[in-house]
Amino acid sequence: MSLFSLFGALEVGLIFSLVALGVFISFRLLRFPDLTVDGSFPLGGAVCAVLIANGMDPFLATIIATLAGALAGMVTAVLNVHLKIMDLLASILMMIALYSINLRIMGRPNIPLIMEPTMFSILQPQWLADYIARPLILVMVVIAAKLLLDAYFTTRQGLAIRATGSNPRMSRSQGVNTGAMVILGMAISNALVGLAGAMFVQTQGGADISMGIGTIVIGLAAVIIGESILPARRIFYLTLAVVIGAVIYRFFIALALNSDFIGLQAQDLNLITAVLVVIALVIPLIKQRLTRRRHV
Amino acid sequence: MLSAQNLKITFNPGTPIETKALQGLSLEIPTGQFVTVIGTNGAGKSTFLNAVSGDLPVDSGAILIDGDDVTRLPVWSRATRVARVFQDPMAGTCEDLTIEENMALAQQRGQRRGLRRAVRVDMRDEFRAHLATLGLGLEDRLTDRIGLLSGGQRQAVSLLMAALQPSRILLLDEHTAALDPRTADFVLQLTARIVAEKQLTTMMVTHSMRQALDIGDRTVMLHQGQVVLDVAGDERKGLDVPDLLHMFEKVRGEKLADDALLLG
Repeated sequence: MSLFSLFGALEVGLIFSLVALGVFISFRLLRFPDLTVDGSFPLGGAVCAVLIANGMDPFLATIIATLAGALAGMVTAVLNVHLKIMDLLASILMMIALYSINLRIMGRPNIPLIMEPTMFSILQPQWLADYIARPLILVMVVIAAKLLLDAYFTTRQGLAIRATGSNPRMSRSQGVNTGAMVILGMAISNALVGLAGAMFVQTQGGADISMGIGTIVIGLAAVIIGESILPARRIFYLTLAVVIGAVIYRFFIALALNSDFIGLQAQDLNLITAVLVVIALVIPLIKQRLTRRRHV
Repeated sequence: MLSAQNLKITFNPGTPIETKALQGLSLEIPTGQFVTVIGTNGAGKSTFLNAVSGDLPVDSGAILIDGDDVTRLPVWSRATRVARVFQDPMAGTCEDLTIEENMALAQQRGQRRGLRRAVRVDMRDEFRAHLATLGLGLEDRLTDRIGLLSGGQRQAVSLLMAALQPSRILLLDEHTAALDPRTADFVLQLTARIVAEKQLTTMMVTHSMRQALDIGDRTVMLHQGQVVLDVAGDERKGLDVPDLLHMFEKVRGEKLADDALLLG
């Protein structure tokens, strides 16, 4: 594998670690099976690309894309909390609605961002090659997001969100407005995914309507891989595991696709993802069996 | 003071499995009183408790706490007034959170949950002091996940948590039923101590007549969703379990006679 594709894998891995952090909040902390992600990722991308293409400052465009993601998450949560639609179904409805909404926002199936300025082209120092500068900038964004989340989830509000996911009935009896906490948590989760979408279009040269397909599976894969590599209880290590999981996942994908002797091609991506997730899920099981045998 | 006025709840109305759980139940509990509630299965004990906590909406009637009508308030907004310990030891705590996080959650009951740190250093000292009174050695395990604790330990912590913030009424829902006899006795003694110390207005549902007479100031018996027996003071002191059983048989007999008349 070339150095170039290694940095490429790192770059995409870091972007998807933002998705994975979002998926971690919805699936793990809130226990809300949220497929909105497949729509909020391209939503963030679409909003960002359209705004930049119309001459807006890339930083402002990225912030607005993040807020758009948050709004999508809130709508899914409101469908579930206030209109009593089953969580999974609410997120599927939002996901397919967002497909149309994203097409409307973009006005056409793709928007190239080759010549326009991006966050990365502005921040990149002259003396550094772009394929190194981009992962470096992303590392800082991801670390900032991770540390902010760590701090947030030790506040009273963050604790209330975690309690809501863990035991909603008890949380209510302790005076936690669990409905509001689900809406808030889903907003934060999808804001991260929207941010990831904005980063994606700015590094990959444009937005495409099909860029969201499979986002949820990649996010979930990263969470599961992270958890099996670094089993943890404390929030700091949990989020660290998720970020590492996303990067490792992309690294394995790149390895599989770039090794000619295996004979895999780009269209095999989803199959590789599925196999990787199965392996990550099976590892703890095998570990358990091995330790049990040792005890016998 | 808790005032329940003519509460009615019917499950599955208009279907063959229609159940009238509460049929015009009224009960007043003055401030500082400890009431034990008994009754057979299906008498409406848990339904009544869930109605007071807000978990179950009432069809009609009113629930007043210190004069404020809370009948239509959701559970979480009643929590400033109502503290509760569940029957299931697993239900009253968050197993994924640490002991100190669970206690912090309870200590902030009824307060705004903003962006201040949930667990501060000075809180830890307070929590340690509270836990030390249990004599279970939990004061050294603040950062352990509460899921690691036994049912009895979790129930004891739940009781502490319920008393961390002042409340107008403490609801205990057969909170010793899932424990072994020795642990149940420990939790019951703890209950009596905390209620006496903090002079809490308390309603304890139990299926044990012995327990109902031994603890508290007043005993109420429910049958078919109504209060059928209400004893306190000297009358209650002289009562024993067989007396209670006898009174219960009498009440039920009369009820049956009523029903027979109606059907006849």
